[in-house]
Amino acid sequence: MSTSLLDQSSRTRKRNASERRFVRLGLGAIFLSLGFLAMLLIAIAGNGYGAFTQTRIDVAMTWDAESIAKAEKSIVKTAKYNGMIAKALRGQMEAAGIDPQMKDKELLQLVSSSAGAQLRDFVTATDATKGQFDFLASSRVDGYLKGRVTRASLAEDKNLSPAHLDLVDAMRAAGMVERRFNLDFIFGGDASESRPEAAGLGVSMVGSFYMVLVVLGCALPVGVAAAIYLQEFAPKNRLTDLIEVNIANLAAVPSIVFGILGLAVFIQFAHLPQSAPLVGGLVLTLMTLPRIIIPARAALGAVPPSIREAALGVGASKSQAVFHHVLPLSMPGILTGVIIGMAQALGETAPLLLIGMVGYIASNHPDGLISGFTDPNSAMPAQIYEWAKRADPAYIERAWGGIILLLAFLMAMNFVAIVLRRKFERRW
Amino acid sequence: MSLAKHSALLATALTLGAGTTFARDNIQVAGSSTVLPYASIVAELFGENTDFPTPVVESGGSSAGLARFCEGIGENTIDIANASRAIRDTEIEACAAAGVKDIIEVRIGYDGIVFASQKNGPAFDTFTPSEWYQALAAELPKDGAMHENATSNWTDVNGDLPDAEILAFIPGTKHGTREVFEEKVLYQGCKDTGAADAMKAMGMDKKAIKKACMHVRADGRSVDIDGDYTETLARVSANGNGIGVFGLAFFENNTDTLKVATINGVAPSVETISTGTYPVSRPLFFYVKAAHIGVIPGLKEYAQFFMADEVAGPDGPLAAYGLVADPELATTQGMIDAQATMN
Repeated sequence: MSTSLLDQSSRTRKRNASERRFVRLGLGAIFLSLGFLAMLLIAIAGNGYGAFTQTRIDVAMTWDAESIAKAEKSIVKTAKYNGMIAKALRGQMEAAGIDPQMKDKELLQLVSSSAGAQLRDFVTATDATKGQFDFLASSRVDGYLKGRVTRASLAEDKNLSPAHLDLVDAMRAAGMVERRFNLDFIFGGDASESRPEAAGLGVSMVGSFYMVLVVLGCALPVGVAAAIYLQEFAPKNRLTDLIEVNIANLAAVPSIVFGILGLAVFIQFAHLPQSAPLVGGLVLTLMTLPRIIIPARAALGAVPPSIREAALGVGASKSQAVFHHVLPLSMPGILTGVIIGMAQALGETAPLLLIGMVGYIASNHPDGLISGFTDPNSAMPAQIYEWAKRADPAYIERAWGGIILLLAFLMAMNFVAIVLRRKFERRW
Repeated sequence: MSLAKHSALLATALTLGAGTTFARDNIQVAGSSTVLPYASIVAELFGENTDFPTPVVESGGSSAGLARFCEGIGENTIDIANASRAIRDTEIEACAAAGVKDIIEVRIGYDGIVFASQKNGPAFDTFTPSEWYQALAAELPKDGAMHENATSNWTDVNGDLPDAEILAFIPGTKHGTREVFEEKVLYQGCKDTGAADAMKAMGMDKKAIKKACMHVRADGRSVDIDGDYTETLARVSANGNGIGVFGLAFFENNTDTLKVATINGVAPSVETISTGTYPVSRPLFFYVKAAHIGVIPGLKEYAQFFMADEVAGPDGPLAAYGLVADPELATTQGMIDAQATMN
């Protein structure tokens, strides 16, 4: 056995080896989770980016008062407008040297059924008798340009035939069909099952906005007041201990439980309207409160006692010491907690299932600023969940696209929280 | 102080909530997820073709929708319940107990239930109810006693079927579709195979026979799907041998990945279902609270619009999506116009 310091004993080698193993394991764990994260982000981006572009068909329309009056007399007026679009589209194709070789009804399968409503909205608001329109193409035409739909996959499809795709190719060559950036996906409302191409996240984004507003208005003052009282004023006794334990427990309660509570209290007892962002916001407030109180207390507790003592020493009252000195110093920490709580509320779906915010709901923007609280609306995650359930495969792409938008919001909020903490936090 | 301002805001929000009842001007609908696509199509058209706001349509299942429907009368209860089955007597009683006495039943049309598997999977091209009964029943009668179902491969059921393990994804018990599947496939198969007669010979009464016929095996070869058809599709996509039970409209939107099997040699389509030759279909309904007509603006107009020839008829958008139009549409239209309630 050598006794040189340069030679490692077998025990040292063993200890070093075990340390190296641990470091490698740790690195491996980090790379594994980074790999999963990368996979997730790639999947989201790869599946979702398609929702941000949409295929449109350019059609020049002319109309006269007589045909409009006729269309307005029928029950489903927009169907008549669709018929007018089919005729215009046929004329335009023939002018470009394309022979449609199909009936108007089949030809209309190229165009989204939302086109009639788009035309009607324009016609009823203007005196003009002609106009240039960029109607949405139907979801399968759009899928063809995005590579999701092929001639083989249309073999037994009822909504579009391979012959349609030949027409689309010819129309693309003639410059009538084009994929463009889709603002409607970001600002528009939900659409029915038969027109996924027209669906957008905008209205449910407004719903989410109102809900976060309610959470901010309710949870911030209540949560911060509770934290200040518990941390600075409350006597230390059994009762406050019990409250403290319960707040910690509340933070761990599954969010669906708050949904049931919200249904029972806000809708069935207080008679608030269903599907309203006001109720959604109140439910999320309940959920967010403990998640604001706990970090707020931690932030208050992190302010050194010397600050309070100095304030009290120069004659400040207890509340002056708290509100003039402790609270401002702990504000960055409190705000960070609030923003992260908001971000959690923004991404929450489960409690919204129970108060009627999932379904075909977010179809129209609220009428006014105040009615936005009570008009039926959905929320971004609830809308994504709803899209993922729908039958048409085109909705899957929109669900992924919605996730991109939701993630962007969450990242922005977390970024603000980090900046606030970095910039204003004081360490003692 | 901003704290005081916030507290004032909170107080306003709470008084707003507790004090006022809201005048609702939009129709609220909830219920069957099978009816949801049709209801959403009509709601969208109704919103863009009339001056009324677009109705709100929630899903959640027939039973959940009818339960909410029967909560009572008032602006914070729903106006219409969608259902993929007829309302039950117990539900009518529950409704009446809560003050919902006048209910208008509207049959919107028919929906086919289809059996579909992976397009490139085993050749599940043709089935009969008997085969499904023998493959999925928990216990089969044999030699005067009930024995546990021992089949594990479709060839055990019928040598002509593909050599593949039995793995079926059927709707869970909260779905209205399950009831139709039990009634029109399992019970029918039970009678067709003579199993029902065998049970009768064993001295079982009619109720017990029906229950035994519809009792699905629980050894993992039949999987209840409580979610939507998208979940069934995901399970079928992941299992080459899996067969899923879908609605016709859902299948028609996913013909690129699924292939459908015939039942008794009849392929499911709008035509075969409307003539009744395809055996597994069921009517779809919605139920309207008569007391809300005249209170909630546009409620009667919505029902009339839904059942108009241009919407629910054979050439309308609902048929284009996969609904089998009701041949007795005119009767239903008359009922809505007259606001004829049940019983």
